[in-house]
Parts: sequence; structure tokens; C-alpha cells
Amino acid sequence: MSTRYLPEGLPAPAQEPIAQPYWEGTRVSRLVVQKCNGCGKHQWGPEWICHRCHSFDLGWAEVAPRGRIYSWQRPHHPVHPALNGHGPYLVVLVELPEADGIRMVGNLLGDPMQEVTIGAEVEAVFEPHDAATPPYTLVQWRLVK
Amino acid sequence: MSERTLRGKVAIAGIGETTYYKHGQSPDAEFKLALQAIVNACRDAGVDPRDVDGFASYGGDRSDGPRLAAALGIRELRFSNMHWGGGGGGVAAAVANAGAAVHSGMANCVIAFRSLAQGQFARYGRGNQSAAAGGDDAFLAPYGLMSPAQRFAMKITRFMTEHGIRHEALRAIAMASYHHAQSNPNAVMRGRPLSEEKYDASRWIIEPFHRLFDCCQENDGAGAVLVVPADRARGLRHKPVYLLGAAQGGHHRSAAPVHNAPDYASAHFRTVARNMWEMAKLGPADCDVVQAYENFTGGVLLSLVEHGFVDPKTANEQLVLDNLLVSGGRMPMNTSGGNLAECYMHGLEMVNEAVRQLRGTAINQVKDAKVVAVLGGPMVTPVSSLVVGTEDTL
Repeated sequence: MSTRYLPEGLPAPAQEPIAQPYWEGTRVSRLVVQKCNGCGKHQWGPEWICHRCHSFDLGWAEVAPRGRIYSWQRPHHPVHPALNGHGPYLVVLVELPEADGIRMVGNLLGDPMQEVTIGAEVEAVFEPHDAATPPYTLVQWRLVK
Repeated sequence: MSERTLRGKVAIAGIGETTYYKHGQSPDAEFKLALQAIVNACRDAGVDPRDVDGFASYGGDRSDGPRLAAALGIRELRFSNMHWGGGGGGVAAAVANAGAAVHSGMANCVIAFRSLAQGQFARYGRGNQSAAAGGDDAFLAPYGLMSPAQRFAMKITRFMTEHGIRHEALRAIAMASYHHAQSNPNAVMRGRPLSEEKYDASRWIIEPFHRLFDCCQENDGAGAVLVVPADRARGLRHKPVYLLGAAQGGHHRSAAPVHNAPDYASAHFRTVARNMWEMAKLGPADCDVVQAYENFTGGVLLSLVEHGFVDPKTANEQLVLDNLLVSGGRMPMNTSGGNLAECYMHGLEMVNEAVRQLRGTAINQVKDAKVVAVLGGPMVTPVSSLVVGTEDTL
């Protein structure tokens, strides 16, 4: 059984230094995001300054890997050679209520033609790409039953 | 203290464009297209191209101002300006930047332009082809979110779902552009009308709201306008088309990374539209014609809502074909065919059309048009829009 949602050959994440704790967290199935040491609020994606209090002292914190679907799309047209002939897939924007409402993009696992409901509860599924150089892990989402 | 405004201070005195081509079909190099459009705009105004002293563009235009100045033998370059941001978000901003330059005395005669021959360079609709994605794309591309259509689709899904707006409203937007293009000899889609059946049968690009005809094409060509102080425009060949209001930018954190803008389901015009109307001392009800940039029809919906032309509660009733046509519509829109069907010239073709409507020389002329709004490329950041008017509106 394939453990990846989309075919091989799409760009890998560059795992840049600004996001290193996030990428390290995903390798051990933990969702780790920026949390400001100045005001205690979460922010995403990673930035060098807190947009609320302007502290440069940005820490990292593990957050509950649960959220709800904020929006979605089902692309049909292949925008990359790796997707040629693959067929439709689901992209979701997930809001994390337990982390100040930050949002993340991922795929919604399961039938790509399933009906998708804004507001539905989802949980993270860590998708390792161990054979990649360097290895990385994507954060995917599935509906909470 | 005197009022800080561009209202009535500057005017568009000349417009120029090239033949518009399907992407990859221009026999001329992109830079040559830019030169042709600029020379045409100068000829239209009756101004010697050597008297141009500035260039303003957007979207990372590859035809840079200093090279244009050298190629045209410009006597003195006083203003050379590139507006940040991708696509056509900066179309109105480029015109306004040209206007600000001539009003402030930094320059006297500035060309705002866009030249685009994607066929000679990369396609917009193809994703990142490199092995690793950095920046924002590190959190998007591995999930197959790569193209402009995909970047914007979830804004549209959320907005239309929340407000119960049907896909038929977007179909009307697409059909209005195609309808108007049928009488425009320079429209790329002339001779290829769009019916409801053809639209409904077209393939999905992205569900739930992007069929093929909801998406812009890619084209080759160039467009340019010549901006001068209002006083000078009055002495030139054509009736001046005055800039009444213009604004650019985005609301609070509209460019927040990884789709984290607080007000997400937006074209990013909320503050921009307010600022434009304030400068113009006008509102949507004062406009005779609207040119609304279509990258994707869902973006047009958001753009019309944020400029006050459409109420989300009545969008399904307002956005019907008959209401958008020059012949009998209450809100004639994209009267030369727009990005979808005249040419995807990143909206510069819409500025030219706004000028023709106010001169009374448009192919699909709205009778006695006095005020035209041009809403630039929606959903990118920064966005921009402008409103222009005849002498009567000053």
C-alpha cells in the first residue's frame, strides 16, 4: 500500500532554517509551530518577527494536531509533470482553533471525490518521505470519525 | 493645508496597443511589442516619443525603463518605476504612479505599460519545476498547490459557500467578456462565442468553481497609456481622460504567509476600494462602465463585492448576462472582451478600453459614458484600482 497521497516527483520542501523546528517535529510526528516568547501567541508561516508584539524572540511549541476545514479545492488540471494522468486530488486549508486559529495547507486523505464540508473536524497524519535526500515528512489531514 | 489628491490633476492623453496574439504566436519579441505599444500611445496623443521622460510598469515586466529610454532616444529619463507584486495587481497602480510622478513634478510625460509574451518565456499556469520548494511554497507545492488558479481557489470556495452564490453567477461574468469580444477585431476570442452549454460542458480545472472558461488565457502583446498633467492634456489631440481616484495596497496582513490572511476570502480590495472612492468623491453608483480584471471569474465576483458594485446577498440576481452587457445592462462590464476574451494583457487593455469609452470611440460604446472604474487583478497583494472620468466629472 502506498503511503503517499500524491505521486512521486513533486517538489520537496526546502526545509529552510527559519522553519527547522517545524520540519524536525514532523519527523517525530509532532506538530510544532512558532509561538512568540513575548506575547505567547502562535503564528504561521514562520517569520522573523512576531506580527503582534514585534518581539524577535520567537519560540516554538507543539500544538494539538487537530483542526477544522476552513476551505478546500479539488484540482483536476495537472500543474506539474508528476501529476499527469493522476486525476483529481483534494487540497484543504485547515484552521487550528487550539493554536490561535493559524492555518495550514495539506491534502485531505481518502476518496478524492468525497464531499467536503467547511467546518469538518480533521486530524493530522504524518506522511514520511524517508527515501528523499534529505528525508522529510508532510502533514496531511483526515476526517475525524 | 491643501488637499492631497490626484483627482483631476493628471490625465491619460494617449493609448496604444499591439496586435494581440495567442500565447507563443507573436512574430515579434516581447521588447519590440513594448516599443510598438509605447510609440502607438505617443502617436495617439500627438507627442514625440523622445519627450516621454518616465516609465511605470508592474508584474515584474521584463521591458525595463532604462532600456526603453535608450531604445527610444528619450532625451532625459526622470522616472523609472516598477510596482511590486505579481500578475495584474499593479495595473492601476502603474497608471497612478505615473500620475503621481507628473503631478509632483518629478516627471512631465510618463508611459504606464505592460508587455507580455509568455510564449517566449515561462507559462503562468505551470507549477514550480524545481526539485525543492522554498519560502511559502515549501508548505504548498508538495501538496500539489502550485498554480495561480490553485492559490486563489480556496478564497473563492469559502466566499461562495458562505454566501450561497451559485456557479451561474461566474458563468455570466465569463459570457459577458466573450459576448463583447465578438465585435472587437483585435480580440483574441473573436469568432469563438461562449454559450451556456459550451461553458457548462467545459472541463474542470479546479472544483468547485473553476471550469476552463472561468480561467484567463495567456497571450502575447503590449499596451501603454501616456500620462501628463491635466493642463497639458487639454492642449493635446484628444478629449482628456482624467484620473479621478486611484489606490493600491491591501488590507491588514493580506499577504500573510501560507494562506493565513485574517480576512481570507477576499480579493484584497477592502481598504483599497474605500481609498479610491474617497479620492474620487464617487461611489459605484456613479460609474457608467466597469472594467473588472479577470484572472479567474471568482476573483471578479470578490472584486465587484469589495468595490460595492455587487451585494453578496443579491449576487445571484445581479450577476446575470443581460445585466452586464453594453446593450441594455445596468452594469456594462468588460466591454472590449476583458482578459478572458480580448487579451490577457494584465489589465492594461482594460485601461485603454476605459479611455475609449470616455472618448466615445469604443466598439461597444456605452452611451454618454462619463465615469469608468478599472478594478485591477484581484486576490494578489498588492492590488490596485482606479476611476477615470470626462471633463464633466471634475
